[in-house]
Amino acid sequence: MEASKEVLLNIKNLHKNFGDRGVLKGIDLVLHKGEVLVILGPSGCGKSTLLRCVNGLEKTNQGDIIFQGKSIYDKDIKMREIRQKIGMVFQSYDLFAHMTVIENILLGPMKSQKREKEEVLALARMLLEKVGLGDRENSYPRELSGGQKQRVAIVRSLCMNPDIILFDEVTAALDPEMVREVLEVILNLAKQGMTMMIVTHEMNFAKSVADRIIFMDEGVIVEESSPTEFFENPKTERAKQFLNKFEY
Amino acid sequence: MQSLGPKVIIDNLPLLLDGLGNTLLIAFISMIISIATGFLFGILRTSKNKLLKLITDIYLEAFRIVPIMVWLFIMYFFVPRALGISVSGEFAAITIFVMWGTAEMGDIVRGALESLPKSQLEAGLSVGLSRSQLFIYIQLPQAIKRIVPGAISLSTRMIKTTSLVVLIGVIDIIKRGQQVIERTKEAFWIYGFLFVVFFIICYPLSISSKKLEEKWAN
Repeated sequence: MEASKEVLLNIKNLHKNFGDRGVLKGIDLVLHKGEVLVILGPSGCGKSTLLRCVNGLEKTNQGDIIFQGKSIYDKDIKMREIRQKIGMVFQSYDLFAHMTVIENILLGPMKSQKREKEEVLALARMLLEKVGLGDRENSYPRELSGGQKQRVAIVRSLCMNPDIILFDEVTAALDPEMVREVLEVILNLAKQGMTMMIVTHEMNFAKSVADRIIFMDEGVIVEESSPTEFFENPKTERAKQFLNKFEY
Repeated sequence: MQSLGPKVIIDNLPLLLDGLGNTLLIAFISMIISIATGFLFGILRTSKNKLLKLITDIYLEAFRIVPIMVWLFIMYFFVPRALGISVSGEFAAITIFVMWGTAEMGDIVRGALESLPKSQLEAGLSVGLSRSQLFIYIQLPQAIKRIVPGAISLSTRMIKTTSLVVLIGVIDIIKRGQQVIERTKEAFWIYGFLFVVFFIICYPLSISSKKLEEKWAN
């Protein structure tokens, strides 16, 4: 789906240090509504930290993040209200272990958004059905495979009706045979026009899902281009080296 | 003098049970209060504030390092004299047991809260929950499975430690037993009785604590 020109997220000169070490050293980034942005780069390049900053899970040292026209650091803005609009899916799934699948999904919409149970329940069941887990709503996380847990985590995030979803290496902890079932769910979301920022190490997936690729190294954006351009004709030496490591 | 045998227990049962009531009452009241105060103390102990952490650390260690008997003496003899008041043995005992219970219960609560992976909290934050909602819906329900076994085992320790209150003049089951022994010289049967009584009270607690821990381990 073609991305519109409406700017949803604007990251300006973002800096983040862990102690003395700079993890993000001036990130500038614009995300349009309906756009799928894939962030690639070697381990420790700061790509996960960047996602975490967008969701306010990391404090930043300098710069600004403008979401829907307002800085998320503005005094009048409540972080928990931002987080209701910016969903996040984690590498370790992090379903709440003491709750069933459906309880996991309903918690946010009912407790933080105060929505009606019937409405959320109908939406949750519809989405579970879509990801092939319609029969598992009363299962506990420990009874599910990694791939199933991650699909539930995606539904949990979707049920908040977010404007953006952040995916932080969501297949990195999965057995290889379960990667596809999760990636297909994300591909379908892309087709429906969901705005997404995706950090991944799955190159083929990146190629097919991305509208735009960002390649990061050592806390800066080294290269920004379309997927075809990036994978067939990377501009920088560092990107070439990075891509070479994925070929055998 | 001819030995009375086990009959000495039956003859003195009302007296002994009266002492037992006192023992259990002190342990029970102390434990109930300690659960409430221990929760607060435990939550304080998870704070990132270094000063608060230091103070609560010192408080906990004070009860781990200094024998409870010394604390009982301080509360029964020293504090009243310093303040010019008088306190009953029961009051001093419950006060010290609550202070000790708060420290130990607090450490159990802290351990349980901190054992939860940080990412569980982040997942909660990412669906827009507030701090207090995180605590109620995510942290507490998961921590409780670690807290209950620890609390039960603390209560058995507390029941056993009540045997020290005899030293500050509280008439508990030990004191009653000693009185009977002085009168009848039936140490074997009376101490045997005390052994069985403590076993009957503490063993089921100890077993249930272990069973719950195993059951909730995964």
